[in-house]
Amino acid sequence: MQQQDLILGNKTMTSEQTHAETVAAPGRAGDRIFRRLTAFFALSILAILLLMIWQMTRESLPSITAFGGKFLTGSEWDAVQEEFGALPFLFGSVISSVLAILLATPLSVATALLITEIVPHRLGSAIASLVELLAAIPSVIYGLWGVLVMAPWLQRSVQPWLVDHFGFLPFFEGAPYGVSMMAGVLILAVMIVPIITAISREVLLAVPRSQREAAVALGATRWEAIRIAVLPYGKSGILGAVILGLGRAIGETMAVTMVIGNTPQISWSLLSPAYTMPSVIANEFAETTAKIHTAALMEIGLILLAVTLLINILARLLIWSVTKGQKQGAA
Amino acid sequence: MNAKVSLENMSVHFGGNHAVKSVNLDFPANSVTAIIGPSGCGKSTLLRSINRMHDLVPTARVSGRITLDGKDIYGAGVDPVSIRRTIGMVFQKPNPFPAMSIHDNVVAGYKLNNTLKRSEADEIVESSLRRVALWDEVKDRLKSSAMDLSGGQQQRLCIARTIAVQPEVILMDEPCSALDPIATLKIEELVEELKEQYTVIIVTHNMQQAARVSDSTAFMYMGEMVESGPTKKIFTNPEMKQTEDYITGRFG
Repeated sequence: MQQQDLILGNKTMTSEQTHAETVAAPGRAGDRIFRRLTAFFALSILAILLLMIWQMTRESLPSITAFGGKFLTGSEWDAVQEEFGALPFLFGSVISSVLAILLATPLSVATALLITEIVPHRLGSAIASLVELLAAIPSVIYGLWGVLVMAPWLQRSVQPWLVDHFGFLPFFEGAPYGVSMMAGVLILAVMIVPIITAISREVLLAVPRSQREAAVALGATRWEAIRIAVLPYGKSGILGAVILGLGRAIGETMAVTMVIGNTPQISWSLLSPAYTMPSVIANEFAETTAKIHTAALMEIGLILLAVTLLINILARLLIWSVTKGQKQGAA
Repeated sequence: MNAKVSLENMSVHFGGNHAVKSVNLDFPANSVTAIIGPSGCGKSTLLRSINRMHDLVPTARVSGRITLDGKDIYGAGVDPVSIRRTIGMVFQKPNPFPAMSIHDNVVAGYKLNNTLKRSEADEIVESSLRRVALWDEVKDRLKSSAMDLSGGQQQRLCIARTIAVQPEVILMDEPCSALDPIATLKIEELVEELKEQYTVIIVTHNMQQAARVSDSTAFMYMGEMVESGPTKKIFTNPEMKQTEDYITGRFG
């Protein structure tokens, strides 16, 4: 019996071998080439990233050795005195992006809910394509609109009103310039709405019908079904969408540069101009004369890269803890 | 026997498709009625019209009358939400809320129209889980996720969630089709007990199950109600040839 099995086993093995030899022999070289080719291209992406980090670090060495940790804490930025501190740019980037996310998230999630849960399917698709069209507008157009239309409007109507009524708060202190942190935040918020909306929509569409039905059969109204079944199911996906929006906001250059005022200062007032990391790089790169100035800009680029990586890692951890929390809750 | 739910000349259309055709049927209170028939005969469609689930499907249209205690549930000014709180539903595949704990799943529906104190919630959770014979299995891990339960436990959790709302009628849409035989047996025992307090309507394509758990049985074919009556009679001495062919396994 056992012997027979063995023989049978042997037979199948040989037949498999011959099968592999006859059929796969010419394909094997192709497979090998294909595998090496994909590996080469995949690794080259990693290589480009590493090369970039290495190159940027090398170029920023003069600044790193000259200022050390003071580069991160200093707020003087003076090309003539060759005194460089990046804190105002770090501050401007982080604050503008975070505020933009706070503004854009409810807007985007509400839009995604409207598209998927409230309006009929066809109207929903139409709205979705319109929102996605927003993402196709070049950022310089946003900037142009921001500086020519939105900033003057802010200066004339919104900001004076805020100063009159809430001027006692540190956030609305000072003279209304129009171009300001506020303008930067608003333009960023508009720019990241499409990406957060589009991803949230995908996430919500992926919520199984059975989840909605479960809630409705318990006597949930439409809103209650969204609250107890749809949103909790899509929670981590929506979180991912928000983080992607944050990543986009922090790296956005052109539109922000045009409306934020480009003044390296740290102010808690939304009315005062600010400066972001991408903006200072874009503005000053062509005009550097001193080597240390170029190095300082390179170092800002390095910090920007680090911040972006940090955000992505944080996002992973956050999503991971949410999903793990669910599973751990299960254990 | 007085009818808890009655269908009078009830039809369901999906666009141009006539899925349920002029059905007349009474569901007696405190008993189990099984609806059997081959796949696609319209039995689930019929069941879903009783708690107005078709309201979610834009192309669906229900005509005729469906009454609960003599009142038309599709009548003007009737709130479908309150109908669904009186007529609960258990689905084919267990569908607990994955982001909620076992405890929160049980009170998810109840919390919708009641503000709960903690102690009250705990009471409802315990009594509902005891009713579905799940309490002893989960009492030490009420805070853990519902997704960690087995399929059969999840289905009993869904039944607990449904009865926590204190409905009068419970609709079950092939509640055991995704479960193994032992879990199926537990659900069937539970159905027996539920009829003391609720009116149960169960759709099944498992004829043995219908024979085991139901007091009356209705046989549907191609959207029409072929025959209905006491389960014993339907399974031993059916009047229609079609019914006999189906229960003896000649088609379906």
